[in-house]
Amino acid sequence: MKSSVLRAMLPASLIPVAGSSWADWGALNMPVGVTEVSRDVQGLHMLIFWICCAIGAVVFGVMIYSMFMHRKSKGAKPADFHESTTVEIVWTVVPLVILIAMAIPAAKVLIKMEDFSGSEMSIKITGYQWRWQYEYLDEGIAFYSALDATQNAARQQNADIDLEQFGETYLRDVDNELVVPVGKKIRFLHTAADVIHSWWVPDLAVKKDAIPGFINENWARIDEPGIYRGKCAELCGRDHGFMPIVVRAVPQEEFDTWVADQKSAMASADAAVERNWSQDELLAMGEKIHGQSCAGCHQQEGQGIPGMFPAIAGSDVATGALDTHVATIMNGIEGTPMAAFRDALSDTELAAVITFQRNAFGNETGDVVQPLAVRESRTGTPIEPIRQSLLDVGSPAASPNASPNASMAVTGVN
Amino acid sequence: MSSHEDVVHHSNDAEGAGYGHHDHDEHGPAPGLMRWVTTTNHKDIGTLYLWFSMIMFFIGGAMALVIRAELFQPGIQIVDPMFFNSMTTMHALVMIFGVVMPAFVGLANWMIPMMIGAPDMALPRLNNWSFWIMPFAFTILLSTLFMDSGGPAGGWTLYPPLVLQMGDSFAYVIFAIHFLGISSVMGSINIVATIFNMRPPGMTFMKMPMFVWTWLITAYLLIATIPVLAGAVTMLLTDRFFGTSFFSASGGGDPVMFQHIFWFFGHPEVYILILPAFGIVSSIIPTFARKPLFGYDSMVYATASIAFLSFIVWAHHMFTTGMPLAGELFFMFSTMMISVPTGVKVFNWVATMWKGSMSFETPMLFAVGFVIMFTIGGLSGLMLAMTPADIQYHDTYFVVAHFHYVLVPGAIYSIMAATYYWLPKWTGNMYDEKLGKMHFWISTIFVNVLFFPMHFVGLAGMNRRIPDYSLQFADWNMIATIGAFGFGFSQLMFFWIVVKCIKGGEKASGEVWEGARGLEWTVASPAPYHTFETAPNIGSATLTR
Repeated sequence: MKSSVLRAMLPASLIPVAGSSWADWGALNMPVGVTEVSRDVQGLHMLIFWICCAIGAVVFGVMIYSMFMHRKSKGAKPADFHESTTVEIVWTVVPLVILIAMAIPAAKVLIKMEDFSGSEMSIKITGYQWRWQYEYLDEGIAFYSALDATQNAARQQNADIDLEQFGETYLRDVDNELVVPVGKKIRFLHTAADVIHSWWVPDLAVKKDAIPGFINENWARIDEPGIYRGKCAELCGRDHGFMPIVVRAVPQEEFDTWVADQKSAMASADAAVERNWSQDELLAMGEKIHGQSCAGCHQQEGQGIPGMFPAIAGSDVATGALDTHVATIMNGIEGTPMAAFRDALSDTELAAVITFQRNAFGNETGDVVQPLAVRESRTGTPIEPIRQSLLDVGSPAASPNASPNASMAVTGVN
Repeated sequence: MSSHEDVVHHSNDAEGAGYGHHDHDEHGPAPGLMRWVTTTNHKDIGTLYLWFSMIMFFIGGAMALVIRAELFQPGIQIVDPMFFNSMTTMHALVMIFGVVMPAFVGLANWMIPMMIGAPDMALPRLNNWSFWIMPFAFTILLSTLFMDSGGPAGGWTLYPPLVLQMGDSFAYVIFAIHFLGISSVMGSINIVATIFNMRPPGMTFMKMPMFVWTWLITAYLLIATIPVLAGAVTMLLTDRFFGTSFFSASGGGDPVMFQHIFWFFGHPEVYILILPAFGIVSSIIPTFARKPLFGYDSMVYATASIAFLSFIVWAHHMFTTGMPLAGELFFMFSTMMISVPTGVKVFNWVATMWKGSMSFETPMLFAVGFVIMFTIGGLSGLMLAMTPADIQYHDTYFVVAHFHYVLVPGAIYSIMAATYYWLPKWTGNMYDEKLGKMHFWISTIFVNVLFFPMHFVGLAGMNRRIPDYSLQFADWNMIATIGAFGFGFSQLMFFWIVVKCIKGGEKASGEVWEGARGLEWTVASPAPYHTFETAPNIGSATLTR
């Protein structure tokens, strides 16, 4: 880090243009990127940058010359001129010509960016507080993508975790990457479930607001395989800074394999809904889901933020009737920030997080909710809580995977 | 030059001590603190505005330092992300509505009557109201920080649906914004009424000082746009409390409509924050170049053009919201057009300096600093106008760098230049020139250390309004934070210089500056409580230009 401070202090012009030092520009300038559009945009950026430098050099040059030469202390006598129509016309027309010269290439690039025709695949991207959902409309694959769990722990206040280990990807790794094929014109459809987000990947020169209730589009055709990182660009609440984007561009064959793997994984996850889950399994998964989906408002320990977000610890909802708890999470509460998680979470995830919240933070209901029950509740069957003692799943304390919170809750039941 | 002196002497001869000195005690200031509560005197009210702005400058600055302290290194050390967001939101609201606007209104109150030779503002009681609403509005706004739910944290742009997630403080924030708007509109009506009705015979519009011109146009911008803001925040209020769906798609509304309405106010607002600065700099540079302002007429037309264009460029704040191509092209071209009249202004200032006989007292230093650094902000603004590039720049630190260049070494520097320029007229004492120059140089070094690196981190991909960042941005953020603390604490010098000047110092003459022109310099220093009770004789002299 010391050396990079020194490097940063060097005027840009002293850095040799060729070779490995070129990479140092990465921290100073817009990336060239890996699409035709991103290269056009970067070229336009450099063009306008140099034009601005030239204008600045002329204006500041004249000013500085004047400040040195036309000083009273040097005996300069003031001239008396104070208008000249010719000069005024010149410095109105010349900038106008420069502007037109810049507007033409800018308009060309813009028209190219807005040309959505001939796209070969479509991915729908939905922004949530604070993660992304990716739906491959042609392949039928859908999943969520949130900040990597280790980094999520590291970014908590005074976490005391060494950030150097993450390097340049700190706050830029996710649990599930968006995998796309190279060479295909991909159409991205943007929307949001709660507030406005903005999906931005600099290397692809795509940034589009995700607006609840509306669908925006943009596109990219990626030339080179690689990992391209981005972030949410529109302020979207407390954890706006912590919803990164990772796009992994791979060759078509690799993409096809990935699609097949995803489909079989989804099938087995679907099958898992049918089986009976142990409380430990649900608590472990539920703690993770709580951290991803609930803790942003209700906080990691369920204590909420007084006046803004109610506590889950000891709340009527999480300790009272199970139906109310399920309905609250599934449907949200209208007119409040409490969102509906009916579609955002799977049956298993909903079952897990409800079980977790009813048995953590000192909530000692002992209720266990099975994924199948959640699935059935979607069609109107009321949910019946199941007591731990009625389940035939062995001793909970013996499970090595149980989190501290989970074992505490379970001990409370016994 | 000679005609100027003729008028000065003529006026003084004709009136004797008439408007330079007042003999009747019963029209002096009321004794005690009630003077400031009940005053209808434009100078008193100007002073109130300026002190209010100074206090808010330190409050808003402290918020900026909280932001920069958290960003000093990666990781979250000092504040919760929610509080961080409310600091960025409040910092903007305080600096825009509590510092720059009141400072300009304060300067308008002090200087417009004196520049046009009027005894006071046209509507003195309204003037008292305009000011006294503000401390209450800001008390309400700032008090939200102490509520359980915290202050507003959705950004000063108040975009729904995020802003509707705000806790109990929501209604208080809207209420405060309404009151600030009422204050601004009343102040603007007063300024328009004063300029139209209170000019002495012979002072035609094209003889008015540039500061008066720029404020006249600014006042119209305020009157046109503040009600639009009021409408937008009222719609937010009814969406939240009365079941309407102006900005909610689920009820047939559109969140982006808020952005259109907001920026229809917000873009002219940007010029509200800079046009009076143009007027100030156009007053100061000719004084210290000892040469009349170059191209007065084109300056007036350029200001009017900028004001007109400001109404048809708003959607350049929204290039990523998904506009039709035709809309994007229109707003790109109209935005680029703004650089033409702005360029004319910069070129005119440079031409005013050219072949002048310049000296660099503190006001001139700040004015020249303004021209250079405002131009840097203007050039990055031109880059931002290019829509394809803006899609990469939007919501990054490049934008933060851009608008801080035009607002801090831009608008704020013009306010400081104005303060140094007219302080001897207000207090009758010269400020400490050595300290003033030191203040300029220290501020200028630190303000660039603070904001220049933001261009780089922005281009390299650091988005704005985030409390934590990846490690490749660490070095530049550390440097920016050092700049922030340097700049912030060096403003204590400014406070001290002003206080010291009020307490005493070398006595200032009526004219104060060797090359000064304009009616304000024809009265004694300090300016008597009442000036120009009899209209001055302007004749055909172009003394104001």
